[in-house]
Amino acid sequence: MSFLSNVLTGVSLGSIYAIIALGYTMVYGIAKMLNFAHGDIIMVGAFMCFFATGKYGLPPLVSVLLAMVVCTTLGIVIEGLAYRPLREAPSLAVLITAIGVSYLLQNGAQLLWGADTKTFTPIVSGALSLAGGRLNISYISLLAMACCLVVMVCLTLFTSRTRMGKAMRACSEDKGAAQLMGINVNSTISMTFAIGSALAAIAGVLMCSAYPVLSPTTGSLPGIRAFTAAVFGGIGSIPGAFLGGILLGIIETFAKAYISTDLSDAVVFAVLIIVLLVKPAGLLGRYVPEKV
Amino acid sequence: MKKKLSKTSINGFINYGIVTAAFLILQLMIAQGMLSNTLKSLLVPVCCYIVMAISLNLTVGILGELSLGHAGFMSLGAFSGIVTAMALPEAAPGLRLVAAVLVGSIAGALGGVLVGVPVLRLQGDYLAIVTLAFGEIIRNIIVVLYVGLDEKGLHITTNSAGPTLGEGGVMVIKGPMGAVGVPKLASFAAGFLLVLITLFVVQNLVASRAGRAIMALRDNRIAAESVGIHVTKYKLMAFVISAALAGAAGALFGLNYSSTVSSKFGFNTSILILVFVVLGGLGSIRGSIISAALLYILPEMLRGFEIITKARMLIYAIILIAVMLTINNPALKNLLGERDLSLSGLLGRLKSGGKIKEKGGAGQ
Amino acid sequence: MMNMKRLTACLLAVLMVLAMTACGGNNNASSPASDAGNNGAGTGNDTPAPAGTVTIKVGGIGPLTGDLAQYGTATEWGAQVAVDEINALNGPVRLEFDFQDDTGVAETGVAAYNTLKDWDVDVIYGTTTTAPCVAVASETFADRYFQLTPSASSPDVTANKDNTFQMCFTDPGQGAAAANYMKDNNLGSKIGVIYNNGDAYSAGIAQAFIEKAKELSLEVVATQTFPADTTTDYTVQLNACKDAGADLVFLPIYYTPASLILAQAKQMSYAPTFFGADGMDGMLDMEGFDKSLAEGLMLMTPFNASATDSRTATFVESFKKLSGDVIPNQFAADGYDCMYAIYEACCEIEGIGEMDHSQLCDALIAKFTSGTFKVDGLTGTGMTWLESGEISKAPVVVKVENGAYVNA
Repeated sequence: MSFLSNVLTGVSLGSIYAIIALGYTMVYGIAKMLNFAHGDIIMVGAFMCFFATGKYGLPPLVSVLLAMVVCTTLGIVIEGLAYRPLREAPSLAVLITAIGVSYLLQNGAQLLWGADTKTFTPIVSGALSLAGGRLNISYISLLAMACCLVVMVCLTLFTSRTRMGKAMRACSEDKGAAQLMGINVNSTISMTFAIGSALAAIAGVLMCSAYPVLSPTTGSLPGIRAFTAAVFGGIGSIPGAFLGGILLGIIETFAKAYISTDLSDAVVFAVLIIVLLVKPAGLLGRYVPEKV
Repeated sequence: MKKKLSKTSINGFINYGIVTAAFLILQLMIAQGMLSNTLKSLLVPVCCYIVMAISLNLTVGILGELSLGHAGFMSLGAFSGIVTAMALPEAAPGLRLVAAVLVGSIAGALGGVLVGVPVLRLQGDYLAIVTLAFGEIIRNIIVVLYVGLDEKGLHITTNSAGPTLGEGGVMVIKGPMGAVGVPKLASFAAGFLLVLITLFVVQNLVASRAGRAIMALRDNRIAAESVGIHVTKYKLMAFVISAALAGAAGALFGLNYSSTVSSKFGFNTSILILVFVVLGGLGSIRGSIISAALLYILPEMLRGFEIITKARMLIYAIILIAVMLTINNPALKNLLGERDLSLSGLLGRLKSGGKIKEKGGAGQ
Repeated sequence: MMNMKRLTACLLAVLMVLAMTACGGNNNASSPASDAGNNGAGTGNDTPAPAGTVTIKVGGIGPLTGDLAQYGTATEWGAQVAVDEINALNGPVRLEFDFQDDTGVAETGVAAYNTLKDWDVDVIYGTTTTAPCVAVASETFADRYFQLTPSASSPDVTANKDNTFQMCFTDPGQGAAAANYMKDNNLGSKIGVIYNNGDAYSAGIAQAFIEKAKELSLEVVATQTFPADTTTDYTVQLNACKDAGADLVFLPIYYTPASLILAQAKQMSYAPTFFGADGMDGMLDMEGFDKSLAEGLMLMTPFNASATDSRTATFVESFKKLSGDVIPNQFAADGYDCMYAIYEACCEIEGIGEMDHSQLCDALIAKFTSGTFKVDGLTGTGMTWLESGEISKAPVVVKVENGAYVNA
């Protein structure tokens, strides 16, 4: 039974990683940049929801929507102010700027909201009890898994069916050619950031509901984890981010349960390295051979 | 035939000159009591970070591969260096330090080989994430290591009870508590020497045949391969030298504080060093030196203002973003007709008195 | 061409101004008569010192930014409350207080210490966390500054240094005390331990506890670790304890991860007795925390914010005013007691006005180790110090009932 419960823990942890990783991978696929500030947008989203439910007593759904609106706006503003001017700059310059934005959000949050840890009120509580109480699944885990699936399917449909989605794919293939075809590259990238940030808000609320503590540095570790998940699955690939997130959650949980809690981090990263050595572009990533 | 020094070697000599002059001026200021305690305490870590920045520049700027785990090699160097220094309690301080730095660089180099051989086949962001992963693995492993010393030699275990030591044995690394009770052997002079050695190694590498091969790989791997440059060999060479120098810097760093914990050498430190390199200018050694020194001192100097103590890191973040936006501003670049607005670029302009000239990426 | 020159000049000018202001800041710091009030919010007692009073500059160090910022700010504010009270007494000694950020890292801690030296500090208060404290203590030992830490609890902090003293219990002391208490009160037959093996405090207590438990033949059935306080999922560790049949789980960890462990244990319907160390204090006051989760939790804490004695009540009141409604925990209370310990010791030293920091250091060491010097504070009464720098005060075990501490 503890095996099953470990699987469940892994999948629910993995679904949260997957939602964050989906945001990462969208932005990477289109803007070709590692947005290290993504994790901190998660934190901002969680704080918004925390204040909306805790301070102003808004219903959970409204709070989540509010968090999404704030994060979307924040994502677009950050993109416009910090990343857009660097569109032609070398990718490292963008990376460093993203790190700067990450520091800015973390320290700004600390000044605004204090360094002390807050306890997040979960948007849903309670647990489903199976097998005579020997197996418990919290509703929030179920919600996380469901959200993750829905988000993945929606994003896949969005990118393959809608006009904007196709524009995103075009930008991801070749920005110059996309522009020549009449696609507004800047607004497409803004849109990508908007979607990625809205996903970050959802992820933040789910994560803090499942693990109800909240502080200005809450987002940084899951941010790195999700980045790992995105690379694991093949960065830029939507199903890849989903798969990578779930697998990472399971590997992490199993490493803790069956190998060593001391070395779980090392095991997770070692698996990542092995996967990348065998499949250099991640599990579902496309390997593009360099043309001469 | 007229003998003429090449531009790169002139630049190299200028770098030695800058470092030596800075060292002498600072020594003079210390002797005159003109330097505040804060600045004095920053001298050794600044030297370490300069070496870290130069060595990372070798990987990122000259080899052209993004590494996000450079602090991992520093960690290897720091802990192996500390163990070495503690194992030689009888020796003269200078000897202990030299031995520690040597062992640290060997440990760094071994780590570099271990990481480099499998990993350098990957490219771009995938290589970046794998170096990040290795940095975290190294950190994680050192957290569970317990190292003790007694007359029988070194005892290493992962058991949290620690190894059973003989009479007079000391614990050197105590898992999560890290290394404590480390003698403070590092000095500014040692740091200065290490910077000079690093400069010597990297500048000579860059100016050599191997260095040109490495830069050719960066600029166009396929073209370089087609003219017979051995990709893995040269990539590994640059990577391992970079790791060895980072290990040496780590050893010096570890011996400057009486306690060192492995969580210090995590992702954030790797990123900090990368920031030094990028702001200093990719491939520019002089830029790395100057930006490492300035940027390391900056947050400490921000302490001086009472009101902003709390907002210190916020201001650091804003400065970082503003600088990145400014030096990459296309309008400004056009205005100056300059490709590179990083520190090294600006220094280049200053030196040439405003004359526009095309400048090479590396070997500044 | 001209533009370029002008730009270079401008940039250089900016750099120079930066450098100048930086130095200027430093110079200011060495004559900080006017800064005292700016540091904490609203200290508000800028009454000029009466003639004959001696001003002692106390420099604090702790993490004000980063993961550990909450502990650093607690020790800063706790001390600030005491400093304000002390200066309002108009006693023979006034304290001037400055607190510097070390981000919880040794190298930054040493830099912060040197900044305080430039400010002509007399006594070092801190650091909040163990790793930087060990590094700073070896510097203060060499430079002869007296150092009193509110919360760095490893024995490495005071080992081989006569000048460093602790206000908190040592980690091994707490681990052993916990095992003794469990044995004496027969709390459980099978014990599980979950601790943070990336943290010196947590690992220090856990290792001493396990050793002592073996000696007392308590049965430890599961020992589980996690790598950092930022870990969020503890179900694996809890499952291991549950499967091993542990009916008592010892959690020598800080309250943030502990609050998650309690929530997750409830979710999996696992309800052993949880037993914590002093780092657990503060959980009940976390914003938004569901206190029913902590029902029945036992912990060793020297401080109880809901105590009704007037000194605690006044402290909590002033602390909340200073911090914007944060309720103080034992970090803050230890910080408060540190300031009173320093103040009371200084009051008893004769000729303190003529002493430099190293003479003051020796005088304070003599005072603290005299055995007759006793301090009454929020975290204990009649507190004394051993030669080693360790404090001796009685450990108190409390139990959470109806969302508040009661003595167990």
